[in-house]
Amino acid sequence: MNEPHHLRRLTTIWIVLSVAADLLFWFLVGPHVPPGRMTDMATSNQFDFNVLFVIALPVLIGVWLYLAYAIVVWSAKRGGPEPVGGEAARNNRTAQVAWITITSVVVILLAAFGTVELIVNHGSGGGEGPNPVWSPAGATQAETAALAGTGTWSPNRNQVLPVQVIAQQWKFTYRYPTFGGFESSQLVLPNNTTIAFNVTSLDVIHSFWAYQLSVKADANPQINDVAFTKTQQTGPFTVRCSELCGIWHGSMYNYGSVVSQQKFMQWAQSTEAANAANTKYLPPFAWTYVPDANGASGGYYPDGTATPYSTAEIYGAKQPAS
Amino acid sequence: MSIRGRFATVAVLFLVAVGLIVWSLMAFLTPGTPGGVMDFTTSQAPGQPVNLTVQTVGAIGFGKHPTWVSYLVKDPHTNQWVQDTTWKLPANTVVNMTVLQYDTGGPLRNQEWGQVQGTINGTASLNGTSYSVYPSYTGNGVGHTFAVPAIGLNVPLIGVSANAQVCGAGPCHTSSPHNTITFSFKTPSPGSYSWQCFVPCGLGYLYGNGGPMATQNYMGGFLEVVR
Repeated sequence: MNEPHHLRRLTTIWIVLSVAADLLFWFLVGPHVPPGRMTDMATSNQFDFNVLFVIALPVLIGVWLYLAYAIVVWSAKRGGPEPVGGEAARNNRTAQVAWITITSVVVILLAAFGTVELIVNHGSGGGEGPNPVWSPAGATQAETAALAGTGTWSPNRNQVLPVQVIAQQWKFTYRYPTFGGFESSQLVLPNNTTIAFNVTSLDVIHSFWAYQLSVKADANPQINDVAFTKTQQTGPFTVRCSELCGIWHGSMYNYGSVVSQQKFMQWAQSTEAANAANTKYLPPFAWTYVPDANGASGGYYPDGTATPYSTAEIYGAKQPAS
Repeated sequence: MSIRGRFATVAVLFLVAVGLIVWSLMAFLTPGTPGGVMDFTTSQAPGQPVNLTVQTVGAIGFGKHPTWVSYLVKDPHTNQWVQDTTWKLPANTVVNMTVLQYDTGGPLRNQEWGQVQGTINGTASLNGTSYSVYPSYTGNGVGHTFAVPAIGLNVPLIGVSANAQVCGAGPCHTSSPHNTITFSFKTPSPGSYSWQCFVPCGLGYLYGNGGPMATQNYMGGFLEVVR
């Protein structure tokens, strides 16, 4: 009996299954893969995940198919001779070269793809530290104006909106420097707008993770960790702390929302007015604040002076105010 | 060693490892005094507001950590002060809360917590006077806050003067200097909601958020909201 051409048969089955699985995945599952398409960063990250899936599926199918084929075709038959494997492969230079070449090419392509995607998309939504490598157009001006207290934002003007994320055990709060610097427990963002998140902490290390926005930035005391994203869909999103930060870490989450620019403007102006009585007691807007090192009480600024913020201040150098 | 012996050794080591992991997890998840659950679902007629009274003391005065700051809750059935910070409450019900604040105060680390939020009319009452914002750099400052982040509730609890004869150990009696803070809020749908103090009042611990701030039954707990 003629031995069938196993490689040809395996390759044919593998190609058919891989193409079918990739098409099904790309069109049926792909659009629903997290983090979704709520922001430009989320969209590019979803694309990256989908590409990786499309590459990984044929590999997975190849391994499973080979195992299944070997079990069915090459297993010992009842009463037949014990099959002996390995000899043909041991001296098969073509198989060895093909194995090394294919796996090397796949790994190098993945590394190249990841690098290109990172550069082309200007990051992946992660915190870029206090001096971002990639700043969207208008971001530097918006951030500079926010710190100077001269920043503005209004609908349909394609302006970058700086939002400060303040982490503390165990809650995130948010400051809007372009609206009088009010602080809120709510995170509301305008649609079709580039957001500059400025993430810091008043105590231990936290991590701001708004996964539907594809933004994740560590919140370190005395460090302004900047992350950018552009909103492109309205709807709710979840914010979680993704750095184990103490007993109520599991409760350190809240829900934010992306709304139309007009609705955001209404919300920001009404909240600015509603919180005005408290905003006047907040410290001037700054990228970081100096909390006390130990003990009860102690504000953003230890001694309650009019100009409490100083980047040169040494963390914990001052004594608690109380 | 025989195969059976090896198997038994591996099985015993595996069980020991699992036991250690479970023990470590339980120790992490249930720190401090286990405490009980104070039931407020039977303290009033169905549908009627719940009256919940607590006191904050600078030093609890008893138990494993007598010097730790703590909340105490008044048992609605016996009127005794109890160290329980998990309170069982009926859902969608008004809670009239009275806080007897016996501790001193100071500036807040984040003045955001000086704002009353999430109460029924957006205000609280300090010794009979309504307030919605308290500037923590003035007066006696803020001693503690009562906050349930998941429902947006936050009430700053104004401190008593440090120059007064402050209650040294709980439970404190109303003859000691104190502030009476009252407010009302509505319980949400059934679920477990953590509450905490946002004043880092764990003296001597890093950032003030260790010790009593990081141990249940002192400065944080749960609202167990049921049908």
